[in-house]
Amino acid sequence: MSDPNREDDAAARARRGRNIAIALGLVAFVILVYVVTVVRMGASVANRPF
Amino acid sequence: MAMATAHTTPRAAARWQDFLQLLKPRVMSLVIFTALTGLICAPDRINPILAAVAVLCIAVGAGASASLNMWYDADIDAKMRRTRGRPVPSGRVQGADALALGVVLSLFSVMLMGMALNWLAAGLLAFTIAFYAVVYTMWLKRWTAQNIVIGGLAGALPPVIGWAAATGTAPLNAWLLCAIIFMWTPPHFWALSLYTSEDYAKAGVPMMPVVKGAASTRLQILVYSLLLIPVCIAPAFTGLGGAGYLAVSGLGGLVFLLLAWRLYRSLAGEAADPRNDDGLYDVRAGARDARNLFAFSILYLALLFATLLAEHLMGATPLELFR
Repeated sequence: MSDPNREDDAAARARRGRNIAIALGLVAFVILVYVVTVVRMGASVANRPF
Repeated sequence: MAMATAHTTPRAAARWQDFLQLLKPRVMSLVIFTALTGLICAPDRINPILAAVAVLCIAVGAGASASLNMWYDADIDAKMRRTRGRPVPSGRVQGADALALGVVLSLFSVMLMGMALNWLAAGLLAFTIAFYAVVYTMWLKRWTAQNIVIGGLAGALPPVIGWAAATGTAPLNAWLLCAIIFMWTPPHFWALSLYTSEDYAKAGVPMMPVVKGAASTRLQILVYSLLLIPVCIAPAFTGLGGAGYLAVSGLGGLVFLLLAWRLYRSLAGEAADPRNDDGLYDVRAGARDARNLFAFSILYLALLFATLLAEHLMGATPLELFR
């Protein structure tokens, strides 16, 4: 008899796909914020007083 | 209040592609194109990475408002052939998930635009999302036949946001790009609704042909087309478009007017009498006229913005005919 609590394969695959998409989205966002910070600070860092 | 709750029983587990579909990628590509045109036509040059971030924020904001629209309109979408396969009415995505995605992406796109570019662009983006999701989707669409006229402002604002992202200002020429899309929207959508009005009537959406009839809609398409063409030519007089733009907007405008005139003279959108073969033929011929205007309207807008984009990228001299 099949376990009613066990997720079927299609649902598990769909959930894994969603999790990977969210992870990639978050990583992309972190990289984006880092790059924007570097670009916006770039000129100020180069011209900073020593 | 009509919301998605009645249509949100999931039949299958949602895949990431279903969430992507909530963002209406095809509409998003059009928004990217018009926003990029605004950004490139602006006189100030910004860092290309920041320009890419600005376009990304506008695209994600457009996707967010599309997701909010699909959450709220699931009851309407379920009744229309064209939209019943969307993720929420088909049960693949829960309404609450579409709402959450829309809210989260709205906040991310507006905050990133503010921090990376400037707060005028961020404010305009926030206004655009709110206008589409609240004013158009929740109010105008179900209430008035002028829904797409006023609601068209949301689709018209991306070039202004792009311009504001580049310069921190929104001058007359930026609003001229907005006016072109704003005036283009009624003839474009009403031409479509003339041959899909049965769907809108079934869903209870007060589109112009459903409320005022096909003849009135065809007349209004013609009037809006007459108003649209001078607005499209105007950038050649304000230092925005060059000789190429003047030619494309003028010649394309004449074709647009010809197609609008043909549609006005047709029987597009009329109820055909099945006992009368000639009448049925005329109505079908009218539907072809409506399709022709609908298809050409897309080409015309694409050509106008592509010409402006090309002229500014190649450094063509604007005409400034008023000077």
